[in-house]
Amino acid sequence: MVSLTVNERRYDLDIEPEMPLLWAIRDVIGLTGTKFGCGIAQCGACTVHLDGVPIRSCTTPASRAVGRRITTIEGLSPDGTHPLQVAWVAEQVPQCGYCQSGQLMSAAALLARTPRPNDQEIDAAMTGNVCRCGTYQRIRRAIHRAAEGA
Amino acid sequence: MTRTPTLDRRAFLTVTAAAGGGLLVGNYLGPLQASLAAADGSFEPNIWVRIDADDTVRVMLTQLEMGQGVMTAMPMLVGEELDVDWSRIATEWVGADSRYGAGFGGQQITAGSNSIRAYWRPLREAGAAARQVLVAAAAAEWGVAVEDCSTDKGRVQHDPTGRSLRYGALVDRASRLPVPAEVTLKEPGSFKLLGRDEVERLDIPEKVDGRAGFGIDVQRPGMLVARVLRCPVFGGKVAKYDATRATAVNGVRDVVPVSAGLAVVADNYWAASRGLQALADDVTWDEGPLADLTTAEISRRFREKAEQPGAPARNDGDADAALAGAATTFERVFEVPYLAHATMEPMNCTAHVQADRCDVWLPTQGQTATHGAAVAASGLAPDQVFVHPTYMGGGFGRRGEVDFVTDAVEASKAVGRPVKVVWSREDDMQHDYYRPYTYVRMWAALDADGTPVAWKQRLVQPSLLERTRPGALAATRGIDFISVDGAANLPYDIPNVRVEYTEFDPGIPFGFWRSVGASVNGYVVEAFFDEVAAAGGHDPYELRRRLLRNHPRHKAVLELAADKHGWSTPVPEGRARGISILECFGTIVAIAAEVSVSAPADADAAVHVHRMTCAVDAGWTVHPDTIRGQMEGGMIYGLTAALKSEITIQKGRVAQSNFHDYPMVRMNEAPEIAVHIVPSTENPGGVGEPSTAVLPGALANAVAAATGKRIYRMPIRPEMLRA
Ligand code: FES
Ligand code: FES
Repeated sequence: MVSLTVNERRYDLDIEPEMPLLWAIRDVIGLTGTKFGCGIAQCGACTVHLDGVPIRSCTTPASRAVGRRITTIEGLSPDGTHPLQVAWVAEQVPQCGYCQSGQLMSAAALLARTPRPNDQEIDAAMTGNVCRCGTYQRIRRAIHRAAEGA
Repeated sequence: MTRTPTLDRRAFLTVTAAAGGGLLVGNYLGPLQASLAAADGSFEPNIWVRIDADDTVRVMLTQLEMGQGVMTAMPMLVGEELDVDWSRIATEWVGADSRYGAGFGGQQITAGSNSIRAYWRPLREAGAAARQVLVAAAAAEWGVAVEDCSTDKGRVQHDPTGRSLRYGALVDRASRLPVPAEVTLKEPGSFKLLGRDEVERLDIPEKVDGRAGFGIDVQRPGMLVARVLRCPVFGGKVAKYDATRATAVNGVRDVVPVSAGLAVVADNYWAASRGLQALADDVTWDEGPLADLTTAEISRRFREKAEQPGAPARNDGDADAALAGAATTFERVFEVPYLAHATMEPMNCTAHVQADRCDVWLPTQGQTATHGAAVAASGLAPDQVFVHPTYMGGGFGRRGEVDFVTDAVEASKAVGRPVKVVWSREDDMQHDYYRPYTYVRMWAALDADGTPVAWKQRLVQPSLLERTRPGALAATRGIDFISVDGAANLPYDIPNVRVEYTEFDPGIPFGFWRSVGASVNGYVVEAFFDEVAAAGGHDPYELRRRLLRNHPRHKAVLELAADKHGWSTPVPEGRARGISILECFGTIVAIAAEVSVSAPADADAAVHVHRMTCAVDAGWTVHPDTIRGQMEGGMIYGLTAALKSEITIQKGRVAQSNFHDYPMVRMNEAPEIAVHIVPSTENPGGVGEPSTAVLPGALANAVAAATGKRIYRMPIRPEMLRA
């Protein structure tokens, strides 16, 4: 049994402790907003927050998240009104949308520690997140927009 | 198990529609149908729009959403003519239904940058017909003349008195009225939605909070998750296997043979993956005839094929004679590699095969092909098989294939439960249908003034035409018009032009990859053009302008890109510029790229792209921001092809496996991009693919300007930059 706290809710899961957090979240808990893209920490699609810090859930064993606060895209805001979500709509960022949960979680962690990031700081925080649709410049604009509104 | 909101919402809408008794338009009118049919060769009826009593205007989407914006553009086309209240628009994806394939030869396919081109007229006519019936209904209700009525934002108004009625209040009366025999479409000057940026994409809100339901998110009661172990060598098969250790893995339920290999069926993806790893050691493969194939050998075979003339796809004047008699001639060889699609969402499909029905849920670009594959794999009758599309996490041509459908249907049939087959990234990259390897020879002849008088291209490439329509090449005298897209339609005014095509397939699976034939020709033609211009002592931009004298649309697009980029201004210190232009998918795109090259003499030489300026003439615009988005994203896709990745073959298998060795352009390398749309009244062109084709040529030309080294292969590697 592994107990996880996801988006402030506790789940007692009958899983092996080494199961990657990604699959515990997606396949066992059933929160599918967190995505699978590579499985080897190369794309960022699976990014969630562990005590507010962005991590790649595909290579993080569930056991490492025990007793800590896990936040997924579903928990970023109660109603889709996190400043970044608002900015993402304003800039019409997503295309296919598949990478965007991970992009938003990486960006949210960036703004939490750097409220007014410059372009280099955005590069550093966001380069682990691949967008095959190529929405990078819109992501950059949306981060600046959210930061300016804050 | 958690439900996925998108899928549930759609199921709910379907129920509402069945019970709601609204007005259905689209199964409409003989004469209008006849005119539609004349354009596309079919007499099938169409059903596009439904208005409910609560004012909901539901647009049926046969074209599916992979980020290219059809889910918004299609309703805009209907909604413009219908004068809808945009906030009341709803959409519903259409499964396999042969009534909807009229725009693409009877097939429901979202591909070829074709959605708007094929469907703008039927969708506008459907909206206009619906509007006319609603106006007639209101006029009858009031006992007034239809001429005195107008429509706006989902209401009919009687202009002399100012009375108005909601569309929803008119559905009963409208349902009893005859459908008009003719409709009149609006003049572009009176558009309220089309061409407007204020319209926000309908799919974006659920793509920022995790609600959007992709195929990989599908959950069904009692569902299991499977991975399929395929022979790493293309064309190989399972010789024998022992599933003992795989089935002993906690959570693994079964190992079942499927056409493609062995499906490991488990409680979740992780268990399936662990089972698959255990199984991989206990399988003996019959690797088949490709077991020794390498990229070097593939290249050698292509080179051999290119020694003989190909089938002429274009033959103006006499290029060979002009080459023989000219003062200056030269020849160059270009090669481009196999490329993977690498959609962000790996391939997947969920199937539930029962005694008398089969359901499949999946991200697909082709309902018709999916249906066919599910019918074949399930052994059920066509009317017992149901396709349920989801959002696609990228398509780029990969999701027009059906290998993942066969996987899921066979696995579900074998275990008697719903099964979701999910491919790993490694499966996805090593078992793709790749952009084909292509070998190209180019020749040019210059007159005394350095102006090209002959242009000859010989292209050797596997044939997608033959793959999708066996026997087709015989009917076209050996010419694959897909392969020569962007080559045979060379717009430059050169008196002698010959473009040849030779079919050759070394056996590696190949398919449609964003911009397809143009993905090769956009680069080869435009990179060679710059070298031809330089050889004749001409500025490549000015020579393009001059030789585009018979193509004013092309010339205007080229000039717009140059102008907006500041082509005539001095290049910033340490940087260089390149430009290219191409027409494909009915759209003309020109791109100017500005680069610098660091450490050009060293092993870690690198190209840095600072700025890309794109001009596009795609006819009249449905949704400008979608055009900009597709140009931006397509350029990044092309940039990855030009700078980053290639698929190579070793011992009949793919050497790359994931994003560490098939890298993507990332945020830190993504240049500033500006997109400028040429105002136009021409009919719409496609926008999903062209910029991917055009970018590599601009980049190659910019790099050549920076280093003096021409680029004859993609991707650009450090050794190509060395002086
Ligand atoms: S799925 Fe975790 S980084 Fe790609
Ligand atoms: S929006 Fe498609 S991968 Fe980023």
